[in-house]
Amino acid sequence: MTHRQGTAQQTADAAASVPTTAPTRTAASDRRTLWLAIGGAALVALLAVLPLLAIDIPGVLPGPTYTPGTLQLLAYAMLIAALALSYRMMFGLAGLLSFGHALFFAAGAYGLGITLDAFAPVDWPSELIFLGSIVVTLVLGLVLAATVGALALRVTGISFAMVTLAFAQAGSVIIRRNPGGATGGDEGLSLDITNVPDALVGVLNTRNLYWVALGVLVFVYLVVLWVEKSRAGHVAEATRENELRVRVIGIRPYNVKLLVFIVASVLAAVAGMGYLLLQSGASPRVATADFTLTLLVIVVLGGVGYRWGAIVGGIVYTLLDQRLTALAGSDAIAALPDVLRIPLSEPLFILGTLFILVVLFLPGGIAGLPQRIRTGRKQHPAEAEETADA
Amino acid sequence: MSTIVLLVITGLGLGALYFLVASGLSLIYGLMGVLNFAHGSFLTISAFLGWEVGRRVSDGTWWGLALSALVGVAVGAIVAALTEYLLIRRLYERHIEQALVTVGLSLASVALFEGIWGTDPIYTEKPDWLGQTTVILGAKIPNDRFLLIACALLVLGGIVLFLRKTRYGLIIRAGVENRSMVTALGIDVRRSFTLVFAIGGAAAGLGGVLASVYYGYVSAHLGSTLLIFAFIVTVIGGLGSLTGAAIASVLVAVLQQFANFYLGGTGDLVVVIALAAVLLIRPRGLMGKVA
Repeated sequence: MTHRQGTAQQTADAAASVPTTAPTRTAASDRRTLWLAIGGAALVALLAVLPLLAIDIPGVLPGPTYTPGTLQLLAYAMLIAALALSYRMMFGLAGLLSFGHALFFAAGAYGLGITLDAFAPVDWPSELIFLGSIVVTLVLGLVLAATVGALALRVTGISFAMVTLAFAQAGSVIIRRNPGGATGGDEGLSLDITNVPDALVGVLNTRNLYWVALGVLVFVYLVVLWVEKSRAGHVAEATRENELRVRVIGIRPYNVKLLVFIVASVLAAVAGMGYLLLQSGASPRVATADFTLTLLVIVVLGGVGYRWGAIVGGIVYTLLDQRLTALAGSDAIAALPDVLRIPLSEPLFILGTLFILVVLFLPGGIAGLPQRIRTGRKQHPAEAEETADA
Repeated sequence: MSTIVLLVITGLGLGALYFLVASGLSLIYGLMGVLNFAHGSFLTISAFLGWEVGRRVSDGTWWGLALSALVGVAVGAIVAALTEYLLIRRLYERHIEQALVTVGLSLASVALFEGIWGTDPIYTEKPDWLGQTTVILGAKIPNDRFLLIACALLVLGGIVLFLRKTRYGLIIRAGVENRSMVTALGIDVRRSFTLVFAIGGAAAGLGGVLASVYYGYVSAHLGSTLLIFAFIVTVIGGLGSLTGAAIASVLVAVLQQFANFYLGGTGDLVVVIALAAVLLIRPRGLMGKVA
């Protein structure tokens, strides 16, 4: 899970102007890739056995790692990390600043909930209904992503951001309107467990849901890695840097951008389905613009230039948010004078401020820190030189 | 007939509100390429402070309202200018980062407002006349709509006069057309940036006070709700075009009112469909320049 040779390595490769050094470099990077793959596999294995261990990190986790409460929190953090990873692919790789990513997460969560409901009266085996609902939700997510993407990509840059925001807003409005009693309106949707496998239901099975969340995260990571390493990924990256040049060499960036948009959106829907199962329901909050903005904060806090930045950002943010909320209710805060108490009791205020500071002073985010300390560079390596402060 | 008149005038009132937010957005985007997510926060803080001051002086009178509006305009202008000076300017020419900073600001400020004024809407008093209705062609129009329309027209006129008749207006118009050329001529565009932010903030501030009249309450989320429609209006009108913003505000709001009345409360959806249609037919917006 600690692959980060991606952007940094490519930049380094591009910088290698002496061709004779190429073979050794490739061998070295191959070895590095191998070690990173082994390290990643080890990390996943460690995460997978976590529910069987009793690790207690006071102050960070609410209890030992085998307790349902902690597993629930960790699973939630991993789903948010998976979602952030899909968002980073769009924003970090293809440079598409979408403000509507929450739409697809909500489409996954609500889509699965509603399809399960819709199939519930049918007398099929429940495994078939469960799998069928997942497939139907994925297809719906795909169609939605293709429609919204095709429309929104007619404009670029900031307009694109606004258009995706508008569509997400429409989704949010529909969910809150509760058409036909399908979405539960402001109350949220509760999962109908009739056709959900027993192993995924109930507090005692949080462990299984944790493994599902871990599976979703690994799956999303692998898909993102595959897209980034593919030809389409390279074209997307090139388009981010200079769309005109891509057009000049005869490639239509629109198709590639649409592809990245669709893949990222469907991955968000996958994370949304995991969320529905984990929370045994969905709340309309996940469809709001604020939720997308939170994702943006996560990705930028973690570091846009790095894949693992999104994962670190997602986990750090979720834990921080949870801890800050706990902190806000503590006696120490309540005893402070109003001037300090009010800002400190609003986690979002602290996170928002932190975010501004990161954007202003730490362009690489958390994941950029090691690189920054090592090289002493002010700029993130993936950033173009012309963006230096004026 | 009376229903149509009612819907049109109510739509114009709502459009006035959209315009007050969208004009600033559009000017700021046009000159600086910055999508200002904090614009809604400028509106909310102005609404809150305007309400706080107006309420203390004399609640529910014209004097109180006038004072609220004045405070709102001042607060909006100051907060916006400070934002530009302290946050936006540091990220010169880095548009995505500039937008990100305003995102952070909007998240943090909404949380702060909730901390200070609570999450529940605070209901406001307004002068008696504004709570009454006037009959036009058989339609009973709430009087506050006239106030909104009048204020939006004043702001539109004021900004147009400023842009056409003053030296700064000239620099801003030139900057919207071609900023590097203006800079090359040795003119400091940065001062106009702050000025444009202040003007946009002032319009949003007035919008905030008027929104609290229109909705009858102030809440921490007042700005974010209006901001999304203002975004849509700005895209439909064409980014950076003031006239476009004005026309689109009216179109969007009237369309919204009609859909809400005749199509069972689907106003918000119809607006998004309209946006999709505009993008399909004319991606640069109604009055937008070729990108």
